[in-house]
Amino acid sequence: MTTMAPARPSYAFQDSMTMLRRNLKHALRYPSLTIGTIGVPVIFLLLFAGVFGSALGVGIGGVDYIDYLAPGIILMAATSGSIGTAVSVSMDMTEGIINRFRTMAISRTAVLTGHVVGSVIQTMISIVAVVAVALAMGFRPTATFLEWLAVAGLLVMLIFALTWISAALGLVAKGPEAASNAPLPFTFLPLLGSGFVPTETMPAGVRWFAEHQPFTPIIETLRGLLMGTPIGNNGWLAVGWCVAIALAGYLWARSAFQRVKA
Amino acid sequence: MTNSNSPAIAAAGLRKSYGDKVVLDGIDLEVHAGTVFSLLGPNGAGKTTAVHILSTLIDADGGTARVAGHDVAGEPDGVRTAIGVTGQFSAVDNMLTGEENLLLMADLNHLPKADGRRRAAGLLERFDLVDAGKKLPATYSGGMRRRLDLAMTLVGDPRIIFLDEPTTGLDPRSRQGMWQIIRELVAGGVTIFLTTQYLDEADELADRIAVLDNGKIVAEGTAAELKRRIPGGHVVLTFADARGLESAAYALGDVVRDDEARTLRVPSDGSLRALRSVLDRLDDATIEVEDLAVHTPDLNDVFFALTGHPTSEKDLQR
Repeated sequence: MTTMAPARPSYAFQDSMTMLRRNLKHALRYPSLTIGTIGVPVIFLLLFAGVFGSALGVGIGGVDYIDYLAPGIILMAATSGSIGTAVSVSMDMTEGIINRFRTMAISRTAVLTGHVVGSVIQTMISIVAVVAVALAMGFRPTATFLEWLAVAGLLVMLIFALTWISAALGLVAKGPEAASNAPLPFTFLPLLGSGFVPTETMPAGVRWFAEHQPFTPIIETLRGLLMGTPIGNNGWLAVGWCVAIALAGYLWARSAFQRVKA
Repeated sequence: MTNSNSPAIAAAGLRKSYGDKVVLDGIDLEVHAGTVFSLLGPNGAGKTTAVHILSTLIDADGGTARVAGHDVAGEPDGVRTAIGVTGQFSAVDNMLTGEENLLLMADLNHLPKADGRRRAAGLLERFDLVDAGKKLPATYSGGMRRRLDLAMTLVGDPRIIFLDEPTTGLDPRSRQGMWQIIRELVAGGVTIFLTTQYLDEADELADRIAVLDNGKIVAEGTAAELKRRIPGGHVVLTFADARGLESAAYALGDVVRDDEARTLRVPSDGSLRALRSVLDRLDDATIEVEDLAVHTPDLNDVFFALTGHPTSEKDLQR
């Protein structure tokens, strides 16, 4: 009889792609999560720019408020996409098929990689939709083609990072409902940064937090790339935060996945 | 993988506890390639835990186990390549159709696309799921779901298959169907590790049976060997009055008598001939029987005989 070789590392990519196809099929069959991901930022955009826009714009001075707001909303779309991952990972862990995967000679993290990559793709699609709505409402970015590419690159990095954290939260949550609440802080962090109003307008304590939390350099970098405002060292800070969050999220998710009870 | 000399599954001193609850208390197992081994026991005996350890889902606290020649702790991927597992709880993807589930398994077994399609189509045919293949599992009956589950396990052509209570919750017809499928697998040379709480299932399918109780193996042998250790079946006769009971006890001789319930337990293999002989003797003595019940040995009898206590309904496996 033949001795079968154990799963080789070269299968890790193939297995992850198989899991990605599985997740995209799920998303197409049950699109409600994806639609929710697009819906929340669009509602915020309509509310802040359309309803409060003229009042909030006064405090900014000289700039169209939608031009100030749109990068923050884009960031919000990126973060609300991550909530979907926590829920879908958590729901998946309650399915018996996960135990089947664990008894098969497949790459250990392929299940998670499939979720994360699938979520990055879905979130990028929802960001395209949000940008389209913003453009229709009068958002006029000054970005060149290269700057748009940099925006896309930074967003992919950010979503990738947040999605790994979210996947870990989905794994440790006590069920899909808990999982849907766990990453909520990500959605609100842009509010406590320079997402909606400049940090200089905030009270001292909040302002210190707003200026040092990871989303502020990311928003400032996005705004700089899109609108031509100064970026300074925010670019490097943004990339650094993304790499650090991605690495922490990946390691956390991987160890949480090993500990999920059979 | 394995040859006739080395067992397909060998475990020594397996232990597992959850908190201060000991689930497996040092069990030894040996299953030879191409045979059916049944782990028989009530809910909570530790059957599922044993399957989880042997199929690399969880680590044992102590002891060693080799499956297909690979150590479950040290070379889990070697074990995973050789085994298939169909658990007690459905392991299908509910958001994919039956066919998509099988194709997913083909991809994860790294089969070329054309081979995967051919194998999926063959399994749908074999398990009578051709029409259901295009539908989501939510529309399936319990039996169909179990068949899809097993079909998914077979995509990778495993040489050793773990079946954890494969017929629990199935109607009698689906149960017969599952037994037939298992017999076909055995005919194909597959080694089967079957857990069950039904003595008749182990009797029907297994070459060797180990009885698991409270984390310990209390008996092991062929079905015939085990049955010899179990008291035979009996007939319970109920009488309308104490006088009937009295004269019947005298007429039948070797009986267990319960005056309160006005019943007699008469040892019997439950065959028609044995029943007729009992009734003839009562007829000869013109004794009226109010009720008659035939009792064949079941898991409770096995347990009572082997452990001195009946099966309990605790469920520690989840």
